[in-house]
Amino acid sequence: MAIAIENEIRGMRTLTARRVAGVCAILLGVLFVAVVISLRLGAFPLSVRDILATLVNGLLGRSDRVPSEFALVVFGLRLPRIALGILVGASLATAGAGFQALLRNPLADPYVLGVSSGAALGAILSIIFLPHVPGAIQAAAFVGAVITITAVFFLGRRGGQLDSATLLLAGIVAASFLSAGIMFLMTTLPGRDLRGMAFWLMGDLSSPPPTQNVRGWFVFLFVLFAIAGGAIYLTASDLNLILTGEKEAQHLGVNVRRVKLVVYVCASALTGLAVSVSGAIGYVGLLVPHAMRMLFGNDYRLLIPTSALGGAIAIVIADTLARTVVAPTELPVGAMTALAGAPVFIYLLRRRVR
Amino acid sequence: MSTASSTSAVLASAKVVPSVPPPRLSVEQATYAYAATDRSAPNFSLSATTFQARRQEIVAILGPNASGKSTLLRLAAGVISPLSGRIEIDGVNLSDLDLRTRAQRIALVQQESELLFPLRVWEFVLQGRYPYGRRLRFESAKDSLLAGNALSHVGADALAARWMNELSGGEKQRVILARALAQEPALLLLDEPTQHLDIGGKVELLRRLRKLADEHRYTVLVVTHELNLASEFSDRIILMHKGKCLRVGPPDEVYERDLLEEVFEAPLDVDVRSNGRPRVTLRGSE
Repeated sequence: MAIAIENEIRGMRTLTARRVAGVCAILLGVLFVAVVISLRLGAFPLSVRDILATLVNGLLGRSDRVPSEFALVVFGLRLPRIALGILVGASLATAGAGFQALLRNPLADPYVLGVSSGAALGAILSIIFLPHVPGAIQAAAFVGAVITITAVFFLGRRGGQLDSATLLLAGIVAASFLSAGIMFLMTTLPGRDLRGMAFWLMGDLSSPPPTQNVRGWFVFLFVLFAIAGGAIYLTASDLNLILTGEKEAQHLGVNVRRVKLVVYVCASALTGLAVSVSGAIGYVGLLVPHAMRMLFGNDYRLLIPTSALGGAIAIVIADTLARTVVAPTELPVGAMTALAGAPVFIYLLRRRVR
Repeated sequence: MSTASSTSAVLASAKVVPSVPPPRLSVEQATYAYAATDRSAPNFSLSATTFQARRQEIVAILGPNASGKSTLLRLAAGVISPLSGRIEIDGVNLSDLDLRTRAQRIALVQQESELLFPLRVWEFVLQGRYPYGRRLRFESAKDSLLAGNALSHVGADALAARWMNELSGGEKQRVILARALAQEPALLLLDEPTQHLDIGGKVELLRRLRKLADEHRYTVLVVTHELNLASEFSDRIILMHKGKCLRVGPPDEVYERDLLEEVFEAPLDVDVRSNGRPRVTLRGSE
């Protein structure tokens, strides 16, 4: 007790598991509100009361108590898309936070680094060469992501050192090269299963699940997310030290090489996962961790879960706007995130240069 | 005759329990060489070096640039492994220790990387508790207490809530030392800690190290260019020259005019102060 008071006086307020849980609970509440609002908006009007009644009865298996069209709109149309948004947002923001620690660069993001484009190219190739193999798209997107981040990492070095500006340039060049590859494939090989060019290059959440077993599909995706995201989270305190400096982290007992390998693989897997279902949505991995740093500080034990939840919130909101602002048509959700993200990127870049 | 030889054989084979504890740090015939494939590093080799450091001792490593001082320090820290020879801490081979155990025994203070994300001083010092934590390592009350104590020991209580990137050079050096103390190490290694300090800061730092060694039983190994401060505050000197350890001993044995002149390639005078410690001056500077 005396210690606590003494440290309070010193201004030391250490992070506790309780604080992490508390902050996450608040963000979960915000996410829930965003989901309800998103469920409410659209061509078929639903009141908040109808939505809550449908959700509660649906979850309790009493779907006969609400009108069938409510259940169809909520569970058949809007909720799968929202769930996809949550998965994609959480994956991209977690991957972004991971890449930022790994590359010691606050501007790192799967899209800016070209990793998303690499994953998209991998996904397209798998659709062309390995159609109808379950999980092949995710695996190929993962491979594409790993190859791209490895290439960008080596291109981003100068005199044996990772150089911040060179790294970003390498990422941007890789992204444009890979996008050209995507366009080439989409133009010359018009396969039946290929989604539109806008989907892969900009990102979109409008395509329905590729299988009848919607629940099984989401379980598959969320389990993948939990494994990769969980592995990154377990390295959170190691990442805190690596951010201070790799040499120093090593002296303090961090197995830097192993931690970096885990985060490389898992952040690439998360990017591949997100891109395989939604295309290359940009800037979420940059914007969300940055906002969370401003709100809650740089401790990765708090930053990773808040980024995941913040990413989910951001994509749910962005996608709701994307499908309502220009109704009855839709914008790709990636256009919404780029509209918000690009100016912030420029702002951060300029602030760093100064 | 045969009885005597068999007795000595038994003695030799039995695990001899020493009555005195082993030296805190023991470097025996350690050698090292930078790989020729590393483009950035010059070809450099450290020939067999032997020395020991005991509890409560300050050992200073002196020598001109590129004489192998930092290599020796990094060997003692376990950052690099010797090509041959043996380095032990409290009788345990350094290479047998895993990373975290090593970090509980040895703390290394060197020039810090630039911080990319802002960090409070107390958060920085708490990092020193990392080797003792579990998975996600939420810090315990004990960790906070020890971090607070470490800050007190370097006289930096008032800095706790400040941002790392707002500190002066001297303040930052003290905070980095505090993080090393938070590791509760047996062995404290410092690589040119006085480099960016003014004369007042240098004296203060060495006085602090002396106090830490005397009162808290740390063994301190410090690489420095400050001949006179080393003479004043350390128990033993290791003199390095071109990858060779020329001499190990108390300051008055190592500080010989001809030897120092040859090593540092400068005209030097050595006299002895009233407290018995040698003092080095530039000849002709009176």
